[in-house]
Amino acid sequence: MRTIRFLLQKEFRQIFRNKIILAMIIVMPSVQLMILPLAADYEIKNINIAIVDHDRSSYSQNLISTITASGYFKLTGFENSFKEALHLIEQDQADLILEIPQGFERNLIREGEQKMFIAVNAINGVKANLGGSYLTSIIKNYNNGIRLELSPATRFSRNPSIEILSSNWFNNLLSYRVFMVPGILAFLVTMIGGFLSCLNIVKEKEVGTIEQINVTPIKKHHFILGKLIPFWILGNVVFTIGLLISWLIYGIVPVGNLAVLYGFIGVYLLSVLGFGLLVSTFCETQQQAMFIMFFFMMVFILLGGLFTSIDSMPEWAQIISKLNPVSYLISVMRMVILKGSSLNDIVPHLIITFVFAVVLNTWAALNYKKTT
Amino acid sequence: MKAVVVTNLSKVYGKEKTRAVHDVSFSVEKGELFGLIGPDGAGKTSIFRMLTTLLLPDNGTATVDGFDVVKDYRQIRNTVGYMPGKFSLYQDLTVEENLNFFASVFGTSIQENYHLIKDIYIQLEKFKDRRAGKLSGGMKQKLALCCALIHKPTVLFLDEPTTGVDPVSRKEFWEMLKRLKTEGITIVVSTPYMDEASMCDRIALIQMGKIMSIDTPENIVAAYPVPLYAVKADNMFLLLKNLGAYEKTIYSYAYGEYAHASFRNVSDEAEPVKFLNESGLREIEIYQTTPTIEDCFIKLLKN
Repeated sequence: MRTIRFLLQKEFRQIFRNKIILAMIIVMPSVQLMILPLAADYEIKNINIAIVDHDRSSYSQNLISTITASGYFKLTGFENSFKEALHLIEQDQADLILEIPQGFERNLIREGEQKMFIAVNAINGVKANLGGSYLTSIIKNYNNGIRLELSPATRFSRNPSIEILSSNWFNNLLSYRVFMVPGILAFLVTMIGGFLSCLNIVKEKEVGTIEQINVTPIKKHHFILGKLIPFWILGNVVFTIGLLISWLIYGIVPVGNLAVLYGFIGVYLLSVLGFGLLVSTFCETQQQAMFIMFFFMMVFILLGGLFTSIDSMPEWAQIISKLNPVSYLISVMRMVILKGSSLNDIVPHLIITFVFAVVLNTWAALNYKKTT
Repeated sequence: MKAVVVTNLSKVYGKEKTRAVHDVSFSVEKGELFGLIGPDGAGKTSIFRMLTTLLLPDNGTATVDGFDVVKDYRQIRNTVGYMPGKFSLYQDLTVEENLNFFASVFGTSIQENYHLIKDIYIQLEKFKDRRAGKLSGGMKQKLALCCALIHKPTVLFLDEPTTGVDPVSRKEFWEMLKRLKTEGITIVVSTPYMDEASMCDRIALIQMGKIMSIDTPENIVAAYPVPLYAVKADNMFLLLKNLGAYEKTIYSYAYGEYAHASFRNVSDEAEPVKFLNESGLREIEIYQTTPTIEDCFIKLLKN
């Protein structure tokens, strides 16, 4: 116990003297949580649209103003031919082209139907997809409006129809931020915990201080614990800062029990720190450690369900994500913060994360050798 | 019981099977100041790392204080003090914090063994709140020595403690070691500087992982088999060239402003002087000199 106390004292002195690390621990969660959720938003706005109106009727005028009034589209070109409009796509000034054929109004009223043409620039897949579907739904709404106008509703509809009303639970406005903030917080805790612990032991190797430590009677597990505990505490500090920011800026208050959340974070940090320590026992320089950590972090984050849903990944990727501690944290964060899950609901996650922590830390302690 | 006993110790590195230490045997008496003298890459650090349980030997055995370096590494780590060649204290901790840390790691305190480090620590005291990384080279070495001493080790291993330290500090450092010896601490020290060898009780001359000679510095010097001459002339380059070409020369090499040379079948210096005169050299100065450890080392190398 005494040895650990001295080791901890030393570690904390070193951490508090390293101004950059200290700043990163405070600044990184604040800035990232303030900026990322606002910027990393799937809702697409400012889609540039070019319209080719061959009809120039009041109906087509009406359609165009409906589109531009929706707020999603910006009219960047009003051309006379499709060829000219395509030129705008080539120059990256338009993402979509809507071509309204001649006789649009006439056919719509007389024949009761009219075809239109939408061309989408699919270089940016997400934007193309969403832009296309936004436009389609705007046109559909417009179409419904015309239908009402032309054929007044009879009291009983002749055609049986199913009307669907959906209500969104746990995030009823489907706010993208509410969904992203807990995920980004999970990602931050992982980054800070993993990198700090990983770089620390390697630094001792690089500077040579480990040489002096290895000749002392300090036990291996004391040394590992001395590295683990400070970063465990720092991880919790980062997490708390993150929770405060999501409350102050986004008004997100965990629906579930805070104690459950902290309990899980406690176990999770042990596993991430253990992973960092394990990597550091394999590396000789901070550069090596940094690259290896980056490699794993990228895989963990991209397969962690932060940006894309794990359920829609191919089967092999789903298997990988089962071995990914980050995916458990992201899912627990969303469960507890948004859904209000209780301890019982996260028991499977907790057990698996605990197993990760035990395995990784034992492996790290075994792999750290005082003798070569 | 001897403080350190090394028997047929060997260490091979890497795929190329570089022999860093080859069949080395020596022993160090209790309270002795023992020097491992050899150039860079001779295998000094490898021997130190094996004796301090940081490196496993490939062959042979070694004991420190009667404890085997492989089996009883725990006991050895409790009793020895090690000062690596590279400064390896915490640069972001202050002088006092470093010392405190290493004292507490060994379960002792600065006060308890202050008498051991007093003479050295007094010089550091005015910098005690300075970070170790901001100290000068000599001060760093003194602090490292303090940290290695603070738990009153029975054997102190110092790996090139004076490398990169100015001549005055080097001298001071050796004075400190002599004082420590009077406290009964066994000291094993390595150095690439031949002139420091005479400060040791006994020395081992080591080259390419092999020990060439072990004895007291006086005996090693006394064992120099032939008279050694220091020669000087108006043209050093020509002098060395001609000494090398002279058929009676055994060894000749530059040594400071003189050339050192020994000759076979020569009764006095008149004969070589005559030869050098005939070779066109002027202002020839020659006298017999006592060999230094460096001369002995060069002789061993040339054999």
